[in-house]
Amino acid sequence: MSNSGKTFTVERADIGATVPVASAERIALRRARRNAPRTAWLVPTIYIIFLLLPIYWLLNMSFKTNTEITSVFTLFPRNFTLHNYAVIFTDPSWYNGYINSIIYVVMNTAISVAAALPAAYAFSRYRFLGDKHLFFWLLTNRMAPPAVFVLPFFQLYSAFGLIDTHIAVALAHCLFNVPLAVWILEGFMSGVPKEIDETAYIDGYSFPRFFVRIFMPLIASGIGVAAFFCFMFSWVELLIARTLTTTAAKPISAIMTRTVSASGLDWGVLAAAGVLTIIPGALVIYFVRNYIAKGFALGRV
Amino acid sequence: MDKTWNNKAWFMVLPVLVLVAFSAVIPLMTVVNYSVQDTFGNNQFFWAGIDWFNELLHSPRFWDALARNLIFSALVLAIQVPLGIFIALNMPKRGLGVPVCLVLMALPLLIPWNVVGTIWQVFGRVDIGLLGHTLDAMGIKYNYVQDPRAAWFTVVLMDVWHWTSLVVLLCYAGLVSIPDAYYQAAKIDGASRWSVFRFIQLPKMNRVLLIAVLLRFMDSFMIYTEPFVVTGGGPGNETTFLSIDLVKMAIGQFDIGPAAAMSLVYFLIVLLVSWVFYTVMTNYGQERTR
Repeated sequence: MSNSGKTFTVERADIGATVPVASAERIALRRARRNAPRTAWLVPTIYIIFLLLPIYWLLNMSFKTNTEITSVFTLFPRNFTLHNYAVIFTDPSWYNGYINSIIYVVMNTAISVAAALPAAYAFSRYRFLGDKHLFFWLLTNRMAPPAVFVLPFFQLYSAFGLIDTHIAVALAHCLFNVPLAVWILEGFMSGVPKEIDETAYIDGYSFPRFFVRIFMPLIASGIGVAAFFCFMFSWVELLIARTLTTTAAKPISAIMTRTVSASGLDWGVLAAAGVLTIIPGALVIYFVRNYIAKGFALGRV
Repeated sequence: MDKTWNNKAWFMVLPVLVLVAFSAVIPLMTVVNYSVQDTFGNNQFFWAGIDWFNELLHSPRFWDALARNLIFSALVLAIQVPLGIFIALNMPKRGLGVPVCLVLMALPLLIPWNVVGTIWQVFGRVDIGLLGHTLDAMGIKYNYVQDPRAAWFTVVLMDVWHWTSLVVLLCYAGLVSIPDAYYQAAKIDGASRWSVFRFIQLPKMNRVLLIAVLLRFMDSFMIYTEPFVVTGGGPGNETTFLSIDLVKMAIGQFDIGPAAAMSLVYFLIVLLVSWVFYTVMTNYGQERTR
């Protein structure tokens, strides 16, 4: 059904491209297209307001005192205070959470991308025994529910004495980040023509030199996107990180949930902690804006 | 692209294989091991055969959690996909609006999942949250801690807030790849807005939509953190989805055998959907090169 639709439009597109349209008509056309969605901006605007309202509310709360939060209902902070942020930046049990998160997230990103680079090259350039099965198997790990792995992870890492270390979380997050990096990088690498490899070999490049000097610069944006998504998915994950840590490597997200259940009262500090976890994503999002869809679709858009 | 046959490529895949084997295969083996054994503690295990699977498949608790999860996934898909298409169609195609829209819309996707939960936990509270307070002021009884319907409303609305942007961004990526000539031809033919959508935009978005549906299904099917933070699975068991139930069983009650059996059944369902996803992707790849 969609097929017939496709051929229909292709034929018409050909006519549109080859038959010259009178210029006046063309201008009218362009004007019509520009004018048609005059109210179109309304839809994205309303949607963005809907997206930003809860975030604004969190930001709003983080600048309020606890008495203001619980006693009066205000749309913006009446007694503007930075006290909540000061608590986080001076209390080691809070700011260590951020440091722990950043350590294991960076470790995981480095491991995932480094391991995925050669593998993605192999998948994009060669056929080998069981390649398709292997590629599919990697995907199943990306799609696996973390809840399934919670119990065995805990026991496995206990057996190795790795509980409550940063490397344990970094390795555990490889479960979904390595497949993700392989898929994204493979998508980018397949876009590079094979002739480049062959020309480089004829020019006398060895494989490692070719890979680092010529190939990696060509897929630099792909490496950036893969690294960004590894960082992001490791940063947002809570369940595994919480299970594998107790105190020394506890991530900020786990510290936040504990505060809620323990006291449930310090809303201001909780909001400030939440705002601070949004910042890493918000900082780099501009640079990857054109690749967000690609990254979430595992490099397949 | 035609690829050369070279089995030495295995050496390049080896690091990934070792890493994923350590973080996926060994744990899965443990799960399989537990699923067929029973224990009375002290590391003494007995062969239990398929008892746990039998018990699981006859326990209403599992079927209820599965049903809730499927209803949740269906609801989320039914809202997010049409809404995502609608918003993507109305996004600006050029100019300053494009990066602004992309960046602001992607923001919820990059927030840690438990913070998403926290945001909505606060936002929905009647005493201190904007949403709860507004609904209350309008005279609507809304309490997501006690009222199951309010809890479902909050959880679904939160997921719409969190993930609709993914559908929007994917559809938008599909839409901008349509050449201008198609629209011009449609204009010459006097095509209506609807037929432009039906015969040009929808077929072109075909594949990204399929990806979006599959990704949204997978992620909503294994949702844990967000509803856990907001409702904790309650009131009662009203919002206890599969993952929440599984973690409760494995960590909370330490029922290793049943939890392992449930893990495997859960994993098999996921495997099936992954396979569909993979087939879609690879079939498309072949079409493209042809």
